[in-house]
Amino acid sequence: MSKLPSLEKYKDRNVTEGSAYYQVDIEDYPTTGWGKFKQVVNRTFRLELFVGLWVVLREMFKFNIHTVQYPAEKLPIGPRYRAVHEMQRLWESGTERCIGCGLCEKICISDCIRMDTRIDENSRKEVTEYTINLGRCIFCGYCAEVCPELAIVHGGRYENVSEQRAHYLEFDDMLTPFDMAVAGKVAEYPGFGAITPHEDERVKTTPLAY
Amino acid sequence: METAYMIETIIKIVAILTVFSALAGLGTYFERKILAFMQRRLGPMVVGPYGIAQVAADGIKLFTKEDIIPTNVVARIFKIAPVITAATAFMASAAIPFLPSFTIGGYTVNPIVADVNVGVLYVLAVMAIGLYGPLLGGMASANKYSLLSAARGAAVFISYEVITGLSLIAPLMMVGSFSLIDLNNFQNDGYWMVVYQPVAMVLFLIAGFAETGRTPFHLVANDHEIIDGFGTEYSGMRWGLFFIGEYANMFFYAFLISIIFFGGFGDGSVSGAFALLGKVSFFFFFFLWTRAAWPDIRPDQLMALCWKILMPLAVINVLITGFVLMF
Repeated sequence: MSKLPSLEKYKDRNVTEGSAYYQVDIEDYPTTGWGKFKQVVNRTFRLELFVGLWVVLREMFKFNIHTVQYPAEKLPIGPRYRAVHEMQRLWESGTERCIGCGLCEKICISDCIRMDTRIDENSRKEVTEYTINLGRCIFCGYCAEVCPELAIVHGGRYENVSEQRAHYLEFDDMLTPFDMAVAGKVAEYPGFGAITPHEDERVKTTPLAY
Repeated sequence: METAYMIETIIKIVAILTVFSALAGLGTYFERKILAFMQRRLGPMVVGPYGIAQVAADGIKLFTKEDIIPTNVVARIFKIAPVITAATAFMASAAIPFLPSFTIGGYTVNPIVADVNVGVLYVLAVMAIGLYGPLLGGMASANKYSLLSAARGAAVFISYEVITGLSLIAPLMMVGSFSLIDLNNFQNDGYWMVVYQPVAMVLFLIAGFAETGRTPFHLVANDHEIIDGFGTEYSGMRWGLFFIGEYANMFFYAFLISIIFFGGFGDGSVSGAFALLGKVSFFFFFFLWTRAAWPDIRPDQLMALCWKILMPLAVINVLITGFVLMF
């Protein structure tokens, strides 16, 4: 990702001395016949038509093409882009991070997450069924935000196609492959659902008593 | 009439038809590419290397699409209108010398179908008949946008045809002949006609933009106002015929300007032939170039321009030329 230029100076929207904004100086349109005549003469002898021709010709020879040939080339997306969900695993052990708390199912405002859990032999909660109906999902990101374990996050896969309106995503489809997680090939997840880098500055200490 | 002459003429006609139909297709490719480059895009890139086979893809599409005759149209006129546009465009080319005469195996070939002594008049007249394509097609289509387009076409037509004719009178007075070959040879002795008649050249070029319906005067089929104008109800190859007619017209107009005002093929040598093709390519490019740079104007603006500014200019030009020739 290329670093964007600083937009700090554009935040003050007031047109003042020294701000990045300025009033465009536009002359009034002529209303009198003499004024219109002067405008025509002015435009004719400044050869405005040829200025336009020159501009497009210059651009043609510069050949500064901005086209992205999409299926072959792709633009980078923002690191916190909210595309199709992913399920993370713990490093080294490769255990699923999802603890089956059900918070994502509860918070989902379009009601597209559905999960079933059971208590397994080690009396840990285990997710048996987990589906997201992408046809309903509005990619608001609440599920990733509410998840206490950084288990469900938003990934970067934005190209989806389906034969029907209800397009379900199953738990196993979203889960990071086991061998990849164990081999340490998965980077620390920086995307949506992870804590932002400057989170420490934002957090406020909880008062001990209300 | 000799058999050899007949065969030669038929071969020439077939050659012109095939070459310019193919050029019309290639012209669309170049138009898209040049417009794209001027707007910092790439244009067609997928079919074939650098998208060159896009022409073939478009051709297949045009040929195989269903030919729809809508319910309320005047079917007979609706069917024949595109043929008028394409046919008149190619008929007009009969009196245009595309190259200087050359010799193959001791047989001299004149690359002009008919060197008639009223060449310019014939070309302009037949090109003008081409208006009946959009006019009849638009009126027969039973579609309000097509009808508007036909009305615009007629209104604009009477404006620019005056300029086309009047602007050419002055050069023709100097040469004293209507034949395009005589016009070419006249410039061979002295300077190009544009040196003597710059005003006539500019007027003829402006009229050319109106005649071929290119961008500053792209009123008859202005996409953002009246959909595709007269072509709205057309589909498949009937629409394709309109298209071929328009592009062939652009090429023939480029030939006309090059021959009448810019020296044509000069003395008829090989370099002269290539110079003519170069000039024609430039004017074809100019037609595309302006489309990227200039805005469209309204029909009333075009009519005001033609009648109030260009026509008086053309008449004054004819008068001055006449006085200079007389004294």
